[in-house]
Amino acid sequence: MLRYLGLRVLQAIGVLWAAFTISFVVLFLLPSDPVSIAVDSGGGSGTPVDAAAVAELQARYGLDKPVLEQYWTSLTSAIRGDFGTSISTGQPVTTAILGAVPSTLALAGLALMLAVGVGGGLAFLATYTRARWLRTALLSLPPLGVAVPTFWVGLLLLQVFSFGLPIFPAFGDRGFGSLVLPAITLAVPTGAVIAQVLATSLTTTWRQPFTTAAEAKGASRWRIQTRHVLRLASVPAFTIAGVLVGELLAGSVVVETVFSRAGVGRLTQTSVLAQGIPVVQGIVVLTSLVFVVVTLAVDIVYPLIDPRIVQRTTRPTKEPAHV
Amino acid sequence: MIDRHQRTPAVSAAIGLVALTTALTACGGAAGSAGADAGPAQPGGTLNYGLSTAPTCSDPAQAGTNQTIYVTRAVVDSLTDQDPDTGEIVPWLAEKWETDADATSFTFTLKDGVSFSDGTPVTAQSVKNNFDAIVGTLGAAKAPLAASYLAGYVGTTVVDPRTAQVTFSSPNAQFLQASATSQLGLQADATTSLSAEERCQGGNIGSGPFTYTDYQQDRSVSVARRAGYSWGSRAFGHTGEAYLDGIEFTVVPESGVRTGSLSSGQLDAVSDALPQDAPTIEATGGRVLTTSNPGTPFGIAPNVSRGVLADPDVRRALVPAIDRQQLVDTVLGPNFLPATSTLASRTPGYVSLPDVTFDADAARTVLDRAGWVPAADGIREKDGQRLSFSILFSAVFAGNQAILELLQQQLRDVGVDARLELTSVPESIARQNAGDFDATYYNSTRADGDILRTSFAADGRNLNQRGPIADLDASLTDQLRTTDTTQRGEYLANAQQQVLDNGLWIPTVELSQAVGASSAVQDQRFDASARLQFFDTWLSRS
Repeated sequence: MLRYLGLRVLQAIGVLWAAFTISFVVLFLLPSDPVSIAVDSGGGSGTPVDAAAVAELQARYGLDKPVLEQYWTSLTSAIRGDFGTSISTGQPVTTAILGAVPSTLALAGLALMLAVGVGGGLAFLATYTRARWLRTALLSLPPLGVAVPTFWVGLLLLQVFSFGLPIFPAFGDRGFGSLVLPAITLAVPTGAVIAQVLATSLTTTWRQPFTTAAEAKGASRWRIQTRHVLRLASVPAFTIAGVLVGELLAGSVVVETVFSRAGVGRLTQTSVLAQGIPVVQGIVVLTSLVFVVVTLAVDIVYPLIDPRIVQRTTRPTKEPAHV
Repeated sequence: MIDRHQRTPAVSAAIGLVALTTALTACGGAAGSAGADAGPAQPGGTLNYGLSTAPTCSDPAQAGTNQTIYVTRAVVDSLTDQDPDTGEIVPWLAEKWETDADATSFTFTLKDGVSFSDGTPVTAQSVKNNFDAIVGTLGAAKAPLAASYLAGYVGTTVVDPRTAQVTFSSPNAQFLQASATSQLGLQADATTSLSAEERCQGGNIGSGPFTYTDYQQDRSVSVARRAGYSWGSRAFGHTGEAYLDGIEFTVVPESGVRTGSLSSGQLDAVSDALPQDAPTIEATGGRVLTTSNPGTPFGIAPNVSRGVLADPDVRRALVPAIDRQQLVDTVLGPNFLPATSTLASRTPGYVSLPDVTFDADAARTVLDRAGWVPAADGIREKDGQRLSFSILFSAVFAGNQAILELLQQQLRDVGVDARLELTSVPESIARQNAGDFDATYYNSTRADGDILRTSFAADGRNLNQRGPIADLDASLTDQLRTTDTTQRGEYLANAQQQVLDNGLWIPTVELSQAVGASSAVQDQRFDASARLQFFDTWLSRS
């Protein structure tokens, strides 16, 4: 188990380093430099950029150094938790990101609760019911939830519950009221993924022979679904935790723009547009960290559920071929 | 930190160019007041304002975008102000000023009894500290506009506590108008002694009618009325304190959400109301306040160093080939104006140029005489070369693409093939810097004719990549040497004509700024540079 954990942690560090390095390379391959954009008054007017000013700013942010030296400097600073200063706003990157995290955390947290509750409930109900029409109707919802643009859902909710019926505020991130509509919007695609995966896995599990055996012993459909099927079927759903985190982070870019929330998603969008290399790097590392932690948690919990996983991972060659 | 250093004239000129950038963002500035039946102004109430993008920095000196300037304008006063209706420079923090004969030295006499919001007095030393910090601490890298206004800055002499003499190494007539901008607004020592980054975090101390109470990057900014304010500009509509208790700026990026929030009463006023939003806003009794931007109107800057645009006849033919009224009527609506010169009509010194009119036959005649003959597909050719060029542009203004697509059709009618190259802002900037384009499309805002020099001087931005043009070069230099309005106007009029005659700018339409306001908002005004000035604004609901 210790060796298994050690391997996983080493892998996690490798992923973080790779994310940092790849983003660094990609940002340097872009056809322009962030300093010119920053000097361009931030207005995107497409007009003058003064060469001396650009040189001054490049020196200030160390962008005039050889690429390898820049890479080494930013990597070592990043390890110490220092991602530099945003060229466009003058804010330390760590401050900017930490300022945006609570807003996104609240949004993603509530959205995940809604997604698990509604998406999971939907899958449960669809596989539990014997009414074919209800089953078909319920199972057609997740594909719809994946297909419908998040942007459109957000504007529709705003139109009805903020502009039409003045129930929730249309913008900002202060208080629970301003969290409801964006969380519902973000929960739609996430919940749809949960519903799809869980419904598939519940259906597959129901087809296994033990359910017939249990029914033959006189167990109720409810009892089988809650006691046996759901428990087994939630393992695959648990596996997609990483995918869900991705859904939430990607969705937050759109949702935070529509609902005017100053979270990580919008910080990402504005930083990418401005090619704010330090901020983008910081966000890439933060995002990778989230993924790595989630995956690590899943990897740690797995062997507790199924000890065979550790054996397969750590001693693959010694496994008897005829098992 | 930026090194303190003296700039060479060439660098200064280049920095001046940066000024041009300014304003792309800038909005126009006429008074957009309304509600004549709202009765006398009532003080009180907080105005909820929806910004379309986040301010980049809380420091007026480092502000470049419109949305940033809307905020920073409220917290600083400038030495002078510019009357939005006449373009005249009027007293603000300086009650009077003198300029020497060749416009290298400007002496300001400050009003008595003016203080910053931390209680320290506004003195000649404050003027020196502010300008020294812009040139020394911030530099063109952090404060491109402010530094360009101070190009050639030698120093400020504190003659006595109320008299400051600002000196330049060469004539700098544009400085008087620059002293009216928010970028050169005065801040207390507590602010000017800080680093560029520290000045961006919301602690700025000015002497303006409002003071910062909260500044959250990317989220919101709150300002509150300054009690005891009594040194407003002569261009203001009333004296004493501002009417509003405060202003709450919130960043609302999505235009549909801004409009919906305005019509549902969650916001009182919003930036960048799109033409299609106007009916929604007006349906609930609100209005769209507009003003056209001073500076250079939108237009095409040909790169004269390559391709078919190296032929002056081709560039000349493009001017009458464009039906500007059709561009406005079809794409932009009644709040916009067709361009009528190489300067926008609200720029002081603007003259209307009769050549900037639509006459397709005239365009064809010029091309025929120059030997460009229509081929089978209608596009002209000469010596085996097709009359074809590309226009580089980015979607900084929402109407750009539609305007250029229509313009493309209009040019095709006279046998010219214009290809549109839509790129991201970063790529646009990179290619402009590299001179890698046939023609590029943009505008720039500045309430002074010096924008012609910063844009078109051979040692300026010079996107045209042109060589010397004696008459034009002389006019652009001479307009900096005189503060005599009439004489300066003559130089600028000649420069406008020369820019057009040499095919350096093919004007299209003037940019307008549109602010949506609810029926409760009264006397919401734009300043001369087309930025919002909240001093006279009041709410009729309170």
